[in-house]
Amino acid sequence: MKIIILGAGQVGTSITEILSREAGGDITLVDIDEARLSLLQNRFDIRTVHGHASHPDVLREAGCDDAELILAVTNSDETNIVACRTADFLFNTPKKIARLRSTQYFTEDTDFIKEGLGIDHIISPEQIVTTELLRLIERPGALQVLDFAGGRIQLVAIKAYDDGPLVGHHLRELKDHLSNIETRVVAIYRQGEAIMPDGETVIEVNDEVFFIAATEHIRAVMSEMRKLDKPVHAIMLAGAGNIGFRLAEALEQKNYTVKLIEQDPERAEEVSKHLKRTIVLVGDSADEELLKMENIDRMDVFCAITNDDEANILSAMLAKQLGARRVMSIVNRTAYADLIERTMIDIAYSPKQATIGSVLPKFRTGALEAVHSLRLGTAEAIEAIALDDKSSKVVGRRIEEIPLPKGTIIGAILRNDDVIIPHHDTVILDKDHVILFVQEKKHINEVVGLFQVSAFFI
Amino acid sequence: MQSRLIFKVLGFLIIIFSVSMLPPLLIGWYDSDGTLQVFMQSWGVLLVLGVVMWFPNRSKSADLRIRDGFLIVVLFWLVLALSGALPFILAEHPDMSIVDAVFESMSGLTTTGATVLTGLDQLPRSILYYRQQLQWLGGMGIIVLAVAIAPVLGVGGMQLFRAETPGPMKNNKLTPRITETAKALWLIYFGLTVLCAVLYFAAGMNLFDAIGHSFSTLAIGGFSTHDASIAYFNSALIDSIVMLFMLVAGVNFSLHYLAIHRRSLRHYISDSEVKAYLLILSALSVITISLLIRDDIFPDISSTIRYGLFQVISIATTTGFTTSSFSYWPGLLPVLLIIGSFVGGCAGSTAGGMKVIRVELLLRQGRREIDRLLHPNAVLPIKLNKRPVPDSVINAVWGFFALYVISFVSLGLLMMMSGSDIVTAFSATAACLNNLGPGLGEVADNYRSVSDSGKWILSFAMLLGRLELFSLLVVLTPAFWKR
Repeated sequence: MKIIILGAGQVGTSITEILSREAGGDITLVDIDEARLSLLQNRFDIRTVHGHASHPDVLREAGCDDAELILAVTNSDETNIVACRTADFLFNTPKKIARLRSTQYFTEDTDFIKEGLGIDHIISPEQIVTTELLRLIERPGALQVLDFAGGRIQLVAIKAYDDGPLVGHHLRELKDHLSNIETRVVAIYRQGEAIMPDGETVIEVNDEVFFIAATEHIRAVMSEMRKLDKPVHAIMLAGAGNIGFRLAEALEQKNYTVKLIEQDPERAEEVSKHLKRTIVLVGDSADEELLKMENIDRMDVFCAITNDDEANILSAMLAKQLGARRVMSIVNRTAYADLIERTMIDIAYSPKQATIGSVLPKFRTGALEAVHSLRLGTAEAIEAIALDDKSSKVVGRRIEEIPLPKGTIIGAILRNDDVIIPHHDTVILDKDHVILFVQEKKHINEVVGLFQVSAFFI
Repeated sequence: MQSRLIFKVLGFLIIIFSVSMLPPLLIGWYDSDGTLQVFMQSWGVLLVLGVVMWFPNRSKSADLRIRDGFLIVVLFWLVLALSGALPFILAEHPDMSIVDAVFESMSGLTTTGATVLTGLDQLPRSILYYRQQLQWLGGMGIIVLAVAIAPVLGVGGMQLFRAETPGPMKNNKLTPRITETAKALWLIYFGLTVLCAVLYFAAGMNLFDAIGHSFSTLAIGGFSTHDASIAYFNSALIDSIVMLFMLVAGVNFSLHYLAIHRRSLRHYISDSEVKAYLLILSALSVITISLLIRDDIFPDISSTIRYGLFQVISIATTTGFTTSSFSYWPGLLPVLLIIGSFVGGCAGSTAGGMKVIRVELLLRQGRREIDRLLHPNAVLPIKLNKRPVPDSVINAVWGFFALYVISFVSLGLLMMMSGSDIVTAFSATAACLNNLGPGLGEVADNYRSVSDSGKWILSFAMLLGRLELFSLLVVLTPAFWKR
């Protein structure tokens, strides 16, 4: 499939990296930064075009005439819109995906986006990041929370502590502890190494446990791995950027007490106009006095979300030091995320992974609902729809008969709105939403291939 | 250095190259002229060599690093030149020494067209065909061919591709995937070759000559199956077809791709390199023809134009076909044409030389300095096709130019040391470095009289020119081998 990606920023580069390694993803990358393009061209098997992403001649040079998809992810909403409109009008490009940051565009009805702006799909990384952060704040103790089947099923990563009732016991005892709750532990990471769990596996302290369950059961399962924290009331956010602002807005609606620190007085004033109950503070989030004065030791959650990785990490560490119960930090660089695991920061959240997870399904077959990266992108969780077809390798088969690659587990199935935690003899039916955990990313194509109805890409 | 990976790729490339022994093998079998054995053995040796290098390392896979890429390209060309010499060494007729055979094979693969052979017309057809085919494979580049048919090389393919394709701006891919780009280039190359062969046949060559000459025309090589080269046919029609295809092969193949892709010829006219290419050729033609007329070399005007134009195009594009002995032309003409070959064809073509685009950039740079004297505060970007050229490219062009001059001078001096006179030494160096072929003085017709050491030097010069200096020189620097 011929794909044009506009904008070689973080999202554009990450998508390029993933798709260019797959067969069939012929990528042309457009950007105004020539040095960056030549760097990327040396790293990936792609073509690059230097120029303004929304100009017709640049799009023409990039091969828009016969491209099947354009992904506009420059850092300007307006450039993205004009590029999609241009591709729509001049080149009739079949599929146009754009990133839009400003929520103002979403307020009109859907025809406006599709007909008016010429965009088929909008991706809004800030929106995704905000919801994921919100889930993490609301699920104390979880390292990662991912939604599947429209929120009916969740996959949660949690660290096991010695106060959890199941810790030190065999996994099969989970059934005795929670008699009427079904869950599936899909992976355990012990000191960074993956373990394939079975009934005999004993959960140890500090294990990272990944499990899948119906959303309403998540809390009960989590409480088996560690004593749950008290519910969250007070939250302090550092950084009033797009994400900080949205997060504060969402949190105050849910009646949390929110404090938002912003360094730039103008920005602080601007967000304070739109927020109702949040206390907006002007100052440095790494200022010890300010944090103390605002009762950092009484905060249930401290969340550092500026766009500066280093500042986030340091202010989160400081907050923890000063007594904040749980601290979170946004970290964009993968290398940092790895380092942080050994510090006192409770959760390092990578917005990059979340964004990619939301975009990737749009490039893959229609049978794929969601793709989420886990463990810094080494593992993936996917939601695929089993469609009946003569050639289907899954429908009508028992799970033990499906040739799944090593390390791949079917964690849950959504069938007519019922969440089923499958066993080896469960038969997959037509239109089942199947949630799989793929331990090694290299197997992802193989897994997707199982669900592919015919060999078309998209 | 990932030596096992290098062996794997190298072995694989050699296996691909070994297939090229089959067509001459078939001709040898058909003609039963005793060369069947020769090509059988050559094929066997290459296949075994390739498999020995590839098989133990076949499961090795990793991304090629920059150094691996350069090393593979240089080693492959060396192995190719040596193994390509096998049939010449093994054959009883022509009876060639090792140095002669390597020289001939290198001259073929680098599309130089310099030969040590005489009496071509008496040689077995399989050997003649093999020489022409060497040029054809070397023209678009056998590594490019390998990238086209073996997508396994992946990103590493781009490394190899760049080391082999000529021109200062190598990042311009035609298609997103390097494999597709390589495929497109070879298809165009193949298509033009077929077209050329058909026209030659229609114009009166026999099938064997038509195919053989289409190979060496599109590759801008210059090997012929006759001692008299194109003059053997003595036909104005054939001359003009040869001229046309030399011109076409000297143009950037990306433009041919665009022409087919967009079904229009407009961008040929708007491309500044093509304009400069045609301008240089026209200027050379005007000078040459008027001087030929002044000195009354040919009996009438029309034959003056015919022979003059042919020789200008053939030498300036670095092909090296001859219809008249230009080295005996009066005064400055032989030297002028040899200097013209330094310019060569366009980047991304099969021609040799420094490439028109580099010369154009150098001239514009010079012009800019003059303008700057007049307008000290002016911002003067150098533009090509209405786009500013990045400074990194311009710097690279200057570096290239400096190295080219240094290489030319030092190799010429080495040639003199090996026993050649000054005209022969420097014209032979120029003819080999530019992948041209015929030189002046003793090497005007063939390179038989050059000493053995001289032939080694010239073989090196040919490879240096074909790989555009950097790819070969980088491997010779100590820094390359440091960890």
